[in-house]
Amino acid sequence: MDALVMPSLGADMEDGTLAEWLIAPGAKITRGDVIAVVETQKGAIEIEAFASGVVASLAIAEGETVPVGATIATLRGAGEAAQPVAAEAPSPQPVPEPAAIATAAVAPPPPAILSSAGRRVSPAARRLAARLGVDLLQADGTGPGGAIVSGDVRRIGAEQRAMPDAVTPVKRRGLDLDAMRKAIAAAMAKSKREIPHYYLSTQVDLSAATQWLAETNANRAPENRLLMATLFLKASALALREHPQFNGTYEEGAFRPSAGIHIGMAVAIRGGGLIAPAIHDCDTLGLDTLMAYMRDLVARVRGGGLRSSELTDPTVTVSSLGERGVEALFGVIYPPQVALLGFGRVTETVLAVEGSAVVRPAVALSLAADHRVSDGHRGGLFLRRIAALLQEPEKL
Amino acid sequence: MNQSQDEIRGVVVEELSRIAPEIDVAEIDPTGDLRDEMDIDSMDHLNLMIALHKRLGIEIPEIDYPKLLTLDAAVAYLQAKA
Repeated sequence: MDALVMPSLGADMEDGTLAEWLIAPGAKITRGDVIAVVETQKGAIEIEAFASGVVASLAIAEGETVPVGATIATLRGAGEAAQPVAAEAPSPQPVPEPAAIATAAVAPPPPAILSSAGRRVSPAARRLAARLGVDLLQADGTGPGGAIVSGDVRRIGAEQRAMPDAVTPVKRRGLDLDAMRKAIAAAMAKSKREIPHYYLSTQVDLSAATQWLAETNANRAPENRLLMATLFLKASALALREHPQFNGTYEEGAFRPSAGIHIGMAVAIRGGGLIAPAIHDCDTLGLDTLMAYMRDLVARVRGGGLRSSELTDPTVTVSSLGERGVEALFGVIYPPQVALLGFGRVTETVLAVEGSAVVRPAVALSLAADHRVSDGHRGGLFLRRIAALLQEPEKL
Repeated sequence: MNQSQDEIRGVVVEELSRIAPEIDVAEIDPTGDLRDEMDIDSMDHLNLMIALHKRLGIEIPEIDYPKLLTLDAAVAYLQAKA
């Protein structure tokens, strides 16, 4: 019998509210399946199973808030006989000692969009409803067993818009910016308290990358175009292969390098706050695939539907300001990671090239790194490697 | 493909609202830089171009992006190509 527990989705998370079950007792699940939606300070997160088996029982109900580590459901293996659900009544969970950082921001209750009547809503429909600001409380579904599917959401949305008083503000479901600010505050305070940061920066000539990007995008439909940020992520990932001391986690006095290069891409949220979810195995992805992942991730950060593994897996963070903002940024490392790369705004810059002053597109690339794990000398080599990779964009 | 200027403006406003739901597009300066008026980044801008391309069937090469920097300029550009 395996227990599925409320996962920790960051050093700052103490508890989570189960917003919606996507499984029922008797369902067969495989490790990695999305089993539930949990409300956290980072919004509504889809929780993935970390074991396979058949769901024996659900230990908590929708709307319940439990601490990290508490059992939320039990599984039985393929060979185990089914047991009466009563035998699986949840035992009281010990409440963990309050962490040193006692922000204790309780996750907000699930909004009305989650039908408390136990109505089934497909994940796609739920996301669509959140995006369109459609209230599903009184909705009837046409899917299997009366489930609400995407088509229903569009129909209901049109009906609600037709009603004069139905002003439903479009809001990202479950996202509480105050709670998120507290989470950011806790993580960043921990980082500045515990991590001895050092900072480096270098100017990277982007004339080759800019030209290559323009030529590549010229013949492409908009949906197939690449962004400069795609090149930044890929070059960073490739350089990390050769500089593993910037890719991993530092916990309990020891650095653990990560075999996979899972870059947390910092994505700003409208209205304030940010999340840096992982793009897994970034170094192995072609630019088109990477771009598709980036678009998908940004859409889900802003529209809902992030997965638990995306929040827990980043091994390094990359923050890119794109076309806006200022020329340079110096990041605060997200613990337990050990490095953060910052790409400023791409600007026309006067560079000295072969004895002459020339104006070229360039970017200030910075590194914030953990001095317990690496030194400035290594950091410098790492940044120079990224800069070199960006000189040959066609090879990325 | 022959849309009126009002139709085109309607589509642009609708897609901008989708990207920045908290901003009332009617309130923004139609001659101001959309990136500042709507707080949109490169990814938002790309998504806007994708949506306009799909809905209006108008080719918008990347080299023309600077011609679509304000709401009025974008509508005029799309109208000329419709």
